[in-house]
Amino acid sequence: MLIDWLAIAPEIALTVTALVVLLADLNLRGTAKQLIAPLAGIGTVVAIVFTAVLWGDERTNFGGTFVINDFAVVFKLLFLGALLAILGISWRYFAESRYFQGEYYFLLLTSFVGMIIMPSARDLILLFIALETVSVPAFVMAGMRKRSLYSSEAALKFFLIGVLSVALMLFGMSMIYGFTGSTYLPDIAAGIEAIGTTEPLLLGAVMLVIVGFGFKISAVPFHFWAPDTYAGSPMPVAAMLAVASKAAGFAGLLAITFIAFEPLAEVWAPVLGVLAILTMTLGNLVALQQRDLIRLLAYSSVAQAGYMLIPFGLARSGPDAVVVNDAAVQAVMFYLVAYAVMNIGAFGVAIAVNRRTAIRSIADYAGLSARSPLLALGMTVFLLSLGGAPPTVGLWAKLEIVRAAMTDATPFGVVLMVFLVINSVIAFFYYLRVIKTMWMDEAREGLPELQPGFNLSAVVVVLMVGTVVLFVLPGLISGATSLTGLVAAG
Amino acid sequence: MDPNTAGWALVVALFLPLVGAGALAMMPASMDRQIRRAAVVITGVAFALVVAITAFFDFGRSGELQFTTDVPWITAIGARFELGMDGISLPLFFLTYLLTFLCAIYTTKHLPAPGKPKAFLSLMLMLQTGMAGTFVAFDLVLFFIFWELVLVPMFFMIGMWGGARRDYASVKFFLYTLFGSIFMLVAFLAIYFQAGAETWSIQALSEMAPFGSATFQTWAFFGIFLGFAIKVPMWPFHTWLPDAHTEAPTVGSVLLAGVLLKMGTYGFIRIALPILPEGSVRFAPLIGVLAVIGIIYGSLCCLAQTDVKRLIAFSSVGHMGFVMLGVAAMNEAGIQAALFGNIAHGIITGMLFFLAGSLHERYHTREIAVIGGGMLKKIPRYGVVLTFVAVASLGLPGLAGFWGEFTAMWAAISPGLGIGDTYSGLYLGLVVFAAIGTVLTAGYFLWLLQRVNLGEPSERWAAEPLDDVMRIEWVSWTPLLVLILALGIFPVLIFGVQDAAVTNLMGYLGG
Repeated sequence: MLIDWLAIAPEIALTVTALVVLLADLNLRGTAKQLIAPLAGIGTVVAIVFTAVLWGDERTNFGGTFVINDFAVVFKLLFLGALLAILGISWRYFAESRYFQGEYYFLLLTSFVGMIIMPSARDLILLFIALETVSVPAFVMAGMRKRSLYSSEAALKFFLIGVLSVALMLFGMSMIYGFTGSTYLPDIAAGIEAIGTTEPLLLGAVMLVIVGFGFKISAVPFHFWAPDTYAGSPMPVAAMLAVASKAAGFAGLLAITFIAFEPLAEVWAPVLGVLAILTMTLGNLVALQQRDLIRLLAYSSVAQAGYMLIPFGLARSGPDAVVVNDAAVQAVMFYLVAYAVMNIGAFGVAIAVNRRTAIRSIADYAGLSARSPLLALGMTVFLLSLGGAPPTVGLWAKLEIVRAAMTDATPFGVVLMVFLVINSVIAFFYYLRVIKTMWMDEAREGLPELQPGFNLSAVVVVLMVGTVVLFVLPGLISGATSLTGLVAAG
Repeated sequence: MDPNTAGWALVVALFLPLVGAGALAMMPASMDRQIRRAAVVITGVAFALVVAITAFFDFGRSGELQFTTDVPWITAIGARFELGMDGISLPLFFLTYLLTFLCAIYTTKHLPAPGKPKAFLSLMLMLQTGMAGTFVAFDLVLFFIFWELVLVPMFFMIGMWGGARRDYASVKFFLYTLFGSIFMLVAFLAIYFQAGAETWSIQALSEMAPFGSATFQTWAFFGIFLGFAIKVPMWPFHTWLPDAHTEAPTVGSVLLAGVLLKMGTYGFIRIALPILPEGSVRFAPLIGVLAVIGIIYGSLCCLAQTDVKRLIAFSSVGHMGFVMLGVAAMNEAGIQAALFGNIAHGIITGMLFFLAGSLHERYHTREIAVIGGGMLKKIPRYGVVLTFVAVASLGLPGLAGFWGEFTAMWAAISPGLGIGDTYSGLYLGLVVFAAIGTVLTAGYFLWLLQRVNLGEPSERWAAEPLDDVMRIEWVSWTPLLVLILALGIFPVLIFGVQDAAVTNLMGYLGG
C-alpha cells in the first residue's frame, strides 16, 4: 500500500515537534526551558502551512480510512489555530509557576495530533485511536497542579469518566462491527441499510457509541465531570478541554452520525435533539447560580454544546435529506469555529485576571474596566459573542443554527427553536451580569496590578478583532464551511 | 447629489457616527471638554449630511427607493447590503439624526454620574448607527443586525449612567427585547425559505406576497409580532418600558422614546404588513384591541404616578397605543396616522424627557409632591415650555400631537382590507374607548400641570436659587419646540412626504 505522505504531513509535523519538545526539555535547564513554548509554536505554524496546502484537495490514504477534503482541512485549521492561541495563553502561566513546562507542551502537542486526525478518520478503529490520543494526554494535563487537591480530583474524575465512556463506545463499536462486518464508515452505512431499523440490538449499539461521544462533548446527562475538571485543571488546560477537545468530539460525532449511521437518522436524531434541549437548558440554569467565573464558563460551555447539538436533531435519512443534512453539518462547523474564537478568548482573559490569585470569583472582576480597559473590552466582546449579540460572530453562529432548522421546518425543529430562544435569553442574564460587574461595579482595594504579558495580550486582541471582523464578513467562515458532501466524500 | 446614484451619501451618513465613536474612543479621557465638543461636531456633520440628503430627495417620487446601495454581502446565505430610503424612511431617519445632534449638544453641559463623557458619547454614536440603519435597511438580515446593534449601547447607557435601580432596568430591557427579536429572526428565516426565492430583500418579498399557507402566515406573523410588539411596546409587553425609561439618563430616555420605540412600529409597517398581508389581516383586530387596552391602561397608570419621569414613560404606552390603532385600521389613512403619530410622539415625548431631566437637575427629585407647585412663578420660562409640550402631548389641535391621534381614530372607524365587513362593531367600540383615552390623557397632563406649575412655590423651594432655562437648553430644545408647532400647523410636511410610499405599501397589501 502506497502512503500519501503529503496527506499526513500536518500530523507528522506535529508529532516531530512533540518529540523535539520532549528532547529539548531533557537538555534545557532552568529558565532556558522557557524556549520550549516558542519551539512548539514554530512547529504548529509548520503544521498549519502543511494543512493550508491541502486546501481544495481530495486525497485518501491508508485504503480510504484517512481522507483529506475541505471538511477535514477546516477542522484541522481550526484545531491548529486553537493550539496556537492556547500556546499563547499558556506561556506565562507555566513559565511563572515553573512546573512541568516540557511535559505540558509535549502532552498538549500529542493531544492535538489526535485532534487533527479525527476529522480525517473514516474508520471506527482510526476514530478510536484518535479519540484516545486526544484524551490520554489530557488526563495527565488535568492533574498537573499536583499539589492541589482540586487538580487531582479533576484529573481523577476526568480519567474515570473518560475510561467509562471509551468502554461504552468500544462495546458499541464491536457490536456494530458484528452486525455490518466492517469498520469502514461508508460500509457500515450500507450494512445498516441492509439490516433496517428493526434490530433492537443494533439500535442499542448505535446509542452506546453516541453516549460515548456524549461524554466527550459533555452533553447532559454525561456532563457532570466537566465543571469540576475545568475548575481544577490549570486554566490553559481548561481552555483546551472546553474548546479543542470538545470540537474534536463534535468532529468525530459528525463523521460517525452523518456517514455511518445516516440510515438510522430517524432514530438518533430525535434522541440527540432531546439531548440538545436538556443540555442547553440545564447548562444555562446551573450557570445562573455560579459565583466562580471558571465554573460559569464551564456550564456555559455545556450549554454551548447543547446549541451545537441542535442541528443533529434535524438530521434525516434518505436521498431527499441531503439539503437538510448539509445545512445541519454546516451549522455545527460554523458554530465550532465561532465557539473556538470566543471561548478561548474568554479563558484567556480569565487567565490574565486570575493568574496570581487563586480565587476566581466573579466579584474579582469588579471594576476591571478601570484596571485594564483592554481585558474588560475583550471579555465583553467574548461574552456578547457567546450570547449571540452583535457586533460579534456569535450572532451568525446562532443564525446558522436557526437557518438549518428553518430549511425545511418540522414541528420538532420549531420546538428546538423555541428552546433555543428561551435559552439564549437565560444565557444573556449571566453573561450580562459579568459584563455589568466589570464595567459598573467598583474595584476592591488592594488588588494586584494586572500584567497579562505580551503573548496573552496579543492572543486576546487577535481573538477580539477576529470576533468582530467575522461579524462583518462571516463569509470568511461560511465560505469555507459551505460544504456539500461530507457524506459524499466519505 | 442625484438621489438615483448618490447611494454613498446614505452610507456615509449611516457609518459616520460609528467611525466617530471609534475616534472618540481613541481620545485620551482627560480631554473631557474636547471630547464633548468632538461629539457635537460629529453628530452635527452627520445631521448636516442628512439635511442635504433631505434637500436632494426627490419628493415627486417619494414612493420609490432613493439613495440606494445594493451589493452582495454574505454570499453563502444570499444576504445583501441593501440600503435605501423612501417617504416612510425619510422622516424617521431625519428625526434620528436631529435628536442625536441635540442630545450631543445637551451633553456638553449635563451628564449624570459617573461622568466619563468618552464612553457615554461613543455609546451614543454607536446607538445612532444602529437606530438609523434600521430605517434604511432593505435586507431582512441587515435590518436584523441594525435592530440588534441598538441593544448593547442602550444596555450600557442605562446600566452605567442610570438611576438607582439601573441594574434591574438595564438587564430587563436587554432580555425582554432580545426575547422578542430572536422569535423575529426565526420568523424571518421561515419567510426566506417559504418564499423560496433566495432573497432577503424586503422589496422583493413584498412584491411576491402573499405566499405560503394560512397557517404559515399566522405563525410567521406571530413571530414577527412578538419582536415588534415588545419594542413598540404594546400592552401586555410594555413592562420593560417604565423601568428602562425611568432609570435611563436623560439622553437615553430621549433616544429611547424618540427613536427606539419607533423601530417597532416602523417594522410592523415596513415588514410585517406587506410581506405577510394575510397574517396581518388576521391579527389586525387583536392588534387593535391590545392598542386600545394600552391607551386606557397607560392613561390610568399615569394618573397613579407620583414621579414625573415615570408618568411620561407610561404616557408613551398610551401614545404608542394610538399609533398601533392606526396600524390596526389597515387602510391608507391609518398607516399615515401611525407614521405621523410616530414622528410626533418622538418629538414631543423626547422633549418631555429633556424637560424631566432638567427638572431633576434643578430639584434633585422628580416626585410631584416634593416639587409641590409654583414653577410658573419660580422658573417661569421652564414652566411655560413644560405647559406647551404637555399640551401638545395631550393632543391639542394645532400642535403636532393632534394629527396622529385624530387621524388614527378617524381611520379606525372604517378599517380596510375587508376587516370592516366582519369587525365594524368591534372597531367602532375601539374608537369609542380610544376617544375616552384622549380625555384621560388630557386629564393626567392637566393635573400634572396643576400640581407642578400652578400655585405658589412651597417653602422648601421659595428661597432656593433655581436656574431658569439655560442657554444650552434653549439651543437643544428650540428645534423641537419649533417642530411641534410647525407639524401641528402644517401636517402635510409629513403626510405629503409619506403619501406616495404609503400608497405603494397598500398596493402590496392588496387594498
